[in-house]
Amino acid sequence: MIPIIEVQQIQKKYKSLTAVSGLDLSIPEGICFGLLGPNGAGKTTLIEIMEDIIPPTSGEVLYKGKARSDAFRQDIGIMFQQTALLSFMTVRETLETFQKLYRKPAEIDSLIEQCALGDITEQMNDKISGGQRQRLLMALSLVNQPKLLFLDEPTTGLDPQARRNLWDLVNAIKKEGKTVILTTHYMEEAEFLCDEIAIMDQGRIIARGSPESLIKTHCRRARLKIPKRNFTGAPIKLPMPFISENDHIEIPVDDINDAIGELMAQGIPLNDMFVITPNLESVFLNLTGKRLRD
Amino acid sequence: MNLKRLWVIFKARNYEFFRDRAAFGWNFLFPFLLIAGFALIFGGQDRPEYKIGVFPMAVGKPVVEELQIPAELKKNPQVEFIGLPSMDLGLEKLRHHKIDLLLETGESTFRYWVSDSSPKGYTSEQMLMASLIPPSASELITKSEIHGREIRYIEWLFPGILGMNMMFSALYGVGYTVVRYRKLGVLKRLKATPLTAFEYLSAQVLSRIFLLMFTFLIVWFGCHLIFSFNLEGSLMDLFIVYSLGGACLSSIGLVVAARGISEEFANGVLNFISWPMMFLSEVWFSIEGAPEWLKGAATLFPLTHILTGARKIMNDGVGLADVGVELMVLSAMTMAFLLIGAALFSWNK
Repeated sequence: MIPIIEVQQIQKKYKSLTAVSGLDLSIPEGICFGLLGPNGAGKTTLIEIMEDIIPPTSGEVLYKGKARSDAFRQDIGIMFQQTALLSFMTVRETLETFQKLYRKPAEIDSLIEQCALGDITEQMNDKISGGQRQRLLMALSLVNQPKLLFLDEPTTGLDPQARRNLWDLVNAIKKEGKTVILTTHYMEEAEFLCDEIAIMDQGRIIARGSPESLIKTHCRRARLKIPKRNFTGAPIKLPMPFISENDHIEIPVDDINDAIGELMAQGIPLNDMFVITPNLESVFLNLTGKRLRD
Repeated sequence: MNLKRLWVIFKARNYEFFRDRAAFGWNFLFPFLLIAGFALIFGGQDRPEYKIGVFPMAVGKPVVEELQIPAELKKNPQVEFIGLPSMDLGLEKLRHHKIDLLLETGESTFRYWVSDSSPKGYTSEQMLMASLIPPSASELITKSEIHGREIRYIEWLFPGILGMNMMFSALYGVGYTVVRYRKLGVLKRLKATPLTAFEYLSAQVLSRIFLLMFTFLIVWFGCHLIFSFNLEGSLMDLFIVYSLGGACLSSIGLVVAARGISEEFANGVLNFISWPMMFLSEVWFSIEGAPEWLKGAATLFPLTHILTGARKIMNDGVGLADVGVELMVLSAMTMAFLLIGAALFSWNK
């Protein structure tokens, strides 16, 4: 099956800085694809090259197997990380203005309902809250009924409730069969929304797969975190390798049940023990030695 | 080009203009205040400089010592003498407030002309009288009248004020706004749509022309009501000259707005363009006595051609055919600036 969008040997240089470094990527239709990486990894540059907002220094982008034509803009929806809107317009007028720029636009009222904008349609677009603004930007990205939707860090700066609302909205869009390409540096967002993920660092993709497969491949081991006060003798002696931190120790384990059985056999109390299961943050840490939000 | 998209952006820009109450009000109030202020100021006593045309002699700045005019007048530091070859040319310049007094040179007697409506005319006349020593010498001088209708100073000034208001509104309304939109990311958001750069830029220029002419009509009728101007030519002709002028000035705004995200830089460039244009295009005062190269430089500014055309229509009652040169220059400049602006335009930062 032809991927909905494909980038071939894309490179983007800003003077001496290489933001994207000779990258290949193909994204199948109908999935939610996440580009995960820390600030400065090159996610926004890559997504803006795919959107045809900035040109690459070299390489090619194909949409449905062909070079992008003028019709590409009729098919895509974009929610930028940072954007301002035309001034002195209400939310409804803003939607209507953008709607009229397209050949096959969506119904404004259904967009308003879908993005929960009903209470603010007559408010000026710069007099609404952060969460409402993100929902308006999402509605604008859907105004042309796009086949391919780009969301660049859609929940950055939102409170947990507003973030959760936006996730629900993205999930609803996914169910309509649209392809979503999402950048984020929130691993829980990527795990919750994405069918497939590419982890970016320093302009390159360093791993790719479903969230589960990435965790399985790159970070199989869970960790047991036990307070040091649970141990009587010093130094602490255990039949397995462990890492001593300030007031606790961390034991990397392949099988949690076996490890707990062994600790209990040694008579070590397990009060206040935490089991840390691997996640994408651990994958990223394992692959790069850095945390996602560094 | 898709007219529907152009119309949508045209409307959006107009919303911005009409809904920004403070800026909207200022656009109308500013020219009223200027005209009222100048009417008031020119009733006062402070006269910094007076231009006296002397004829017959070669055009340009004469050697003052060689002039056959009252000796005391030659010594007056506030007076600038402008040589003129004929009385007809002198009278035309006097009628258009390019000089404040016209004096015919002579060995023993002098004739002079002065416009009663000129704010500087009366003082120039008093200076001339005071220079005749002894006072009995005043018998040697004869005052003559200007034939035909005199142009009131305010009627000469008004087209300039309208043009200046239009210049600032066009340059900043297009140049500054587009740079601000680029900086804020509005242009980037629009680039993500099927809207083309040509459609966007055309909408900006057309919207600005519409708003300029809307302002023009309001200010025109408002000022006419207060100051009761005499319009010798046709209002429609005047409207056409200002419309074309608005298009030309807006297209200069596009060139300034073509690149960059620094509002400060755009502001600097706009100041660099607008201030010399304002002073050299005879908005406030005539540059009749200025060096020839400066007069030549003034023709590079579209406002010079707008005001020449507008004053010919308003003050001299000529038709469009008589301002054909001005219209052609403005059309050529508009086309050139539009092409340069469109070629250089970038949506991105």
